[in-house]
Amino acid sequence: MDAFIVISLIKVLVVFAVLMTTLAYLQWVERKVIAHIQVRPGPYRVGPHGLLQPLADVVKLVTKEDLVPPYVNKPLYLAAPFLAITMSLLPISVIPFGPAIAVAGHQTYMQLTDLNIGVLFVLAVSSMGVYGIALAGWSSNNKYALLGGLRSSAQMISYELPLSLAIAAPLLLSNTLSLHDLVLTQDGGIWHWNILRGPFPQIFSFVIFLIAGFAETNRVPFDLPEAENELVAGFHTEYSSMKFASFFMAEYANMITVSSMATLLFLGGWTAPWPAAYGSSLAPVVIFAIAGVVALYHGFHPARRRDQRTFPVFGVIFLIIAGVFLLPMVQDWLLPLFWFCAKTGTLLFAFIWIRGTLPRFRYDQLMGFTWKFLFPVAMANLLVTGLLVAWFS
Amino acid sequence: MEVVIFLVFAIIAVVCAINVVVQTHPISSAISLVGVMGSLAVLYLLLGAEFLAAAQVIVYAGAVMVLFVFVIMLLNAGTESRKGRSFMVQLLGVPLLVTLLGLLAYIVQRIYPIGASVHFGGFTQGTPRDVGRALFSTYLLPFEVTSILILIAILGAIVLARKELD
Repeated sequence: MDAFIVISLIKVLVVFAVLMTTLAYLQWVERKVIAHIQVRPGPYRVGPHGLLQPLADVVKLVTKEDLVPPYVNKPLYLAAPFLAITMSLLPISVIPFGPAIAVAGHQTYMQLTDLNIGVLFVLAVSSMGVYGIALAGWSSNNKYALLGGLRSSAQMISYELPLSLAIAAPLLLSNTLSLHDLVLTQDGGIWHWNILRGPFPQIFSFVIFLIAGFAETNRVPFDLPEAENELVAGFHTEYSSMKFASFFMAEYANMITVSSMATLLFLGGWTAPWPAAYGSSLAPVVIFAIAGVVALYHGFHPARRRDQRTFPVFGVIFLIIAGVFLLPMVQDWLLPLFWFCAKTGTLLFAFIWIRGTLPRFRYDQLMGFTWKFLFPVAMANLLVTGLLVAWFS
Repeated sequence: MEVVIFLVFAIIAVVCAINVVVQTHPISSAISLVGVMGSLAVLYLLLGAEFLAAAQVIVYAGAVMVLFVFVIMLLNAGTESRKGRSFMVQLLGVPLLVTLLGLLAYIVQRIYPIGASVHFGGFTQGTPRDVGRALFSTYLLPFEVTSILILIAILGAIVLARKELD
């Protein structure tokens, strides 16, 4: 019992620290990727290659003046950012990052807690997230904020339907609601993942889930609640300093949740794309070795004078990581963690990539798209999946 | 441990329920109702009905109450003013309320014997599998009748909304 409490506390601390760092650096990555899409260098001044930019942002946000306008509804105005950040961080507690491992003689899951209703828990908590945004918009007593809040509640209610239907279809294949067991049923290679598994590959569900996930997190091309050219900043117009930062962090935490859920539901979680017998455990070594060599090459290239110190350092770090993946004693937990992070990271990159590429929808297009197209397609997909599962079982 | 959690959330539920009536602003009442739903979900969870708890949050707190809040925001309903309170209401309200609560407590105590107290976590038939099996075997007819009822309600809502548009 005592060991359980100690291990749980350690897990909570580790997950919280890693999550907060990821949130900060996700924003850095987003700025860098969008900058490169738009052919400019992005953050470059703070620290080597702009790597300390998140730290500078945090200092800026904390030390900024915290302004509460006199015309707001104070209790709800203050509660809204708390609600948003809490409801976006809570789902992380049931997301498994890897299989059961042994720590100092104790078996434990690489996950804060495994619920037998894990999928429902994530759905329930994320459906509460809309309150943060709606109340922020309403309590600000500002027409732009109110319009943003209204848009976001309408949008999140509408897109929750196709999202839930898209989640239900792979659950029919896996036949469990526990996120840990969900991954175990997809073990054994890419053709066992729900996205490609028989009797009905869930490729349509995957696409529907991603589209609805973009809308649920209020990301481009569905960022109508904060369309700056018509609504100033939407629901968080009146928020400043750390309150604004909470909404910002909530959006990025929601992105991480949606990407992790897509990984767990459709892409096999922490399982490797092909069995270790055919050398899947060597894939991370090769990837990191190539990254290291490329970084070294560019670091010593005479045309890249600004990166002549940072790139070689990163090249060496990547090569060391590649070596670490060869050690047999860490492979048990490092390989699943690598595959989980690689899949989630790819999806997060897609989020950023789409933000840099697509324009915003018009509001009637947004609503027509989900009710007239996405919802019927999700329904038909669930129906076909259910019929085929019943036929073949 | 369970008793403490039960007491905390039972008190939160009751306080939020009273707050729904006491608050004059519709949004505050709606948020208090969300608090009631959330605490009820925790109580279900304590009793071992985890599927019911999740459904409670998803359906009531996450969908029905969001629609309430949405409509209140859309109509921009303001604070209600207290009016039309007769002398009789002020005089008889509190004694009648106390009598009603006393009667309820008495009846509940008479119906359920003292030995049959609830064991937290003693109920194990609350998994999604059990609920689904019960819905599609024992309670198949009520389930289908309810779904047809909901379908009729949806069609009625669409017909009414179309009439407004024309």
